[in-house]
Amino acid sequence: MTTLTARRPRIDSTNGVWLALGMTLIVGGILVATDGGSLFGQNSTVSLLQRAAGLGIVAVGQTFAILAGSLDLSVAYVISLTSLIAAETMAGSDGRVLPAILAVVAVSGAIGLVNGLLITKLRINAFIATLGVGLLIKGYLEQGYAGPAGSVPVSFQHLGYDRVGPAPVAFLLFIGVAAVAWLVINRSRFGHHLIATGGDLDVARLSGVRTDWVLIRTHIICSLCAGIAGLYLASRLGAGAPRVGAEGGYDLESIAAVVLGGTVLAGGKGGVAGTVGGVLLLAVIDGIFNQLAVDPFFKQVVRGVVIVAAVAIYALRLRRKVVRKAAA
Amino acid sequence: MTVEAPTGPATLGQSRRGRWGAGSILPVVAILVLLLIAVGIRQPDFYDPPALLAFLKRSAPLIILAAGQYFVIVAGDFDLSVGSLVTAEVVIAARLIDGDPSATWPVVALVLAFGLLVGLVNGLVTTLLLVPSFITTLGMYLILVGAVYTWTGGSPRGALSEEFRMLGRRGIEGVPWLGEIPYAVLILLVLAGLAILAMRSDFGKVLLAVGDNPRAARLAGGRVAGVRTIAFVVSGGCAAVAAILLGGFGGVSFQVGAGLEFTAITAVVLGGVVLGGGRGSVVGAMLGALTLQTLLTLLNLLGVAGALASAVQGLIILAAVAIGGLRART
Repeated sequence: MTTLTARRPRIDSTNGVWLALGMTLIVGGILVATDGGSLFGQNSTVSLLQRAAGLGIVAVGQTFAILAGSLDLSVAYVISLTSLIAAETMAGSDGRVLPAILAVVAVSGAIGLVNGLLITKLRINAFIATLGVGLLIKGYLEQGYAGPAGSVPVSFQHLGYDRVGPAPVAFLLFIGVAAVAWLVINRSRFGHHLIATGGDLDVARLSGVRTDWVLIRTHIICSLCAGIAGLYLASRLGAGAPRVGAEGGYDLESIAAVVLGGTVLAGGKGGVAGTVGGVLLLAVIDGIFNQLAVDPFFKQVVRGVVIVAAVAIYALRLRRKVVRKAAA
Repeated sequence: MTVEAPTGPATLGQSRRGRWGAGSILPVVAILVLLLIAVGIRQPDFYDPPALLAFLKRSAPLIILAAGQYFVIVAGDFDLSVGSLVTAEVVIAARLIDGDPSATWPVVALVLAFGLLVGLVNGLVTTLLLVPSFITTLGMYLILVGAVYTWTGGSPRGALSEEFRMLGRRGIEGVPWLGEIPYAVLILLVLAGLAILAMRSDFGKVLLAVGDNPRAARLAGGRVAGVRTIAFVVSGGCAAVAAILLGGFGGVSFQVGAGLEFTAITAVVLGGVVLGGGRGSVVGAMLGALTLQTLLTLLNLLGVAGALASAVQGLIILAAVAIGGLRART
C-alpha cells in the first residue's frame, strides 16, 4: 500500500488539465485557421491572456481555500469592494497609489480574517459563512454606490494595459502570484499543514496541526488574492465598479477553474499548477469562441459541459486507480 | 461534498446534541415567532386572514424551493441549479405559450417534466459519474443560463397566458372569513404534506442515513445512488412548481430565478438543516424559508432599503447559524 502511494505522482489529475489545454489549443487553432482567423495572432493572444489574469489571481486564492477543505463565496464582492477602495483612495493622483494598495491589502485581509474566524471560532459552515459575509458586503456596495466611483491615475493603468512582449503585465502578475502560491503550498510548513487540514481535519488536529490557525491564514490569503484582482480591475476600468465582481461571476467561476485544474473540492488534493491550467483552458475556450464568432451565450453552455466532463473524468480515473489498488 | 460541517463529527451522541442543537427546529421556530411578533407590532392588520394568506402566497415559491433543496442537502449534496432552472422554465413557458390560452396545460406539463428531467440529469451525473454535486449543479447552472440566452437570442420573448398566471396569482374566491384561498397556498400545502410523508417513509430514512454516512448506508443495504438521484429529481420538480408560481407573480425576465439557489440553501440552513447531510427536518427547512420571507417583509415594513436588506439578511443568517453551531457544541 505504501509503495503504491509513493509511486503515484504527488499531485494527481492536475496533469490532465494541461493535456486538455494542449488538445484544445491544437483543435481550436485548426478550427480558427480553417475559419480564416488566427488563434495565435498577437491581438487574440494578448486579449486571451488579459482575460485570464483577473480570474486567475482569484482562482489561485480560491485554490488555497479549497485545498484546505473550505471555499470562499465572498470573493466576487471583495473584488468589487477593493476596486472601489483603490479607485477612491487614489482619486486620480499618482502619489496616492501606495496608500491605496495598502488600504486594499488591509481591507481584503480583514475580510479574510473575518471569514476565517467565522468558520473556525463560530464553527459556521464555510459555504454559509462566506455567503453571509458576501451578502454583507453586497448590501454595503448597493447602499453606497449606484455606479462607478473614484478614478485611477494613468500611472496605475500601466498594470492593466502595458505588456512585456506579448505578455500583458497583469498576466505576469498572475503567474507571479501563482509561483509564490506554488512555493507556499509545496515548500513551506504552512503548505503541508494546509494539505493535511484539507485531507482530514481531525487527523491533522490530532497530529498537532493548529487547524484553526491554518484555516484563518488560508482565508486571509484567499481574500488578499481577491483584493489583488480588485486592484487589477480598477486599473483596467480606470475606476472602481460596485458590480464588477458579481457580474463577472468570479465566485463560482474561480471555484470552477480550481476544480477544472484537478483540485478535489473536498480538499487535501491538488495544487496551483492545475489551477493555472484550468484558468488558461477556460480562457482558451473563450478565445476560440470569440474568434469563431459563436453566440456568446453558447459559450456558457460549453463551459458548463467542459467543467462537469473534466471532473467526471478525474473522478472515474481516481476510482479506477482505487479499484486497481484494491485488486493488487 | 465536505465543507466542514459546523457541528463537529457525527460521533456526537443524539442525546448530547440536545433539543436546541443542529437539526432541531426549535431555534428557527423561536426566530420566526420573534419576527412575526415584530411584524404584528409594526402592522397589526398583518394577521387578518386574507393578509396572512397573501403573505403565504408570496412565500410559497421559496418554501417549495427550500423543501426541494432540503432533500438534496440532507443527503449531503447541493443543488445550485435551481435558480437558473426557475429562470429557464419561466422563459420557456412564455415562449411556448406566447399568449395562447389553449397551450397552457400542455406547457405546464412540459415545464414539470423538464424540471424533473434536469433533476434526473443532475442526479445521474452526480451518482454515476461521481462528480461532486456542487460541480454538477454549477455546470447545470451555466448550461441552463447559456442555453436559455442562446435560445431566445438575449431577451425573453412571448408571453404567459392568463390561465398560466392564474396558478400563482389567483385562488378560490368567496370563501367565508378567509376571503380568497390562493392556489399557491393549496399547492404549497399539498407539497408540504407529500414532503413530510416522504421523509417518514423508508425513502426518507435511507436518505437521512445516506447523508449521515454514505458508506454505512451502502453497507447496510441502502440504495444510495438511487435515493440521491431521486432527491435531485424532487428538487428539480420543486423548482418547476416554484417557476410556475413565480411566473404568475411577476413578469417574464432573466432575473426571475437569479440568486434563488443561494436563498433556498440559506433558508434550509436557517431551518437547522446541516450542510453535509444527515441532520435536520423538512419542516425545519420550510420554516426556514418562511422565516427568511418574514424577515424580508419586516425589513420592508421598517423601511430598510432593498440594498441594505441583503446586508441585514447576511448578518442574521450568520448569527442564526453561529448560535445553532455553538449550541450544538455545548
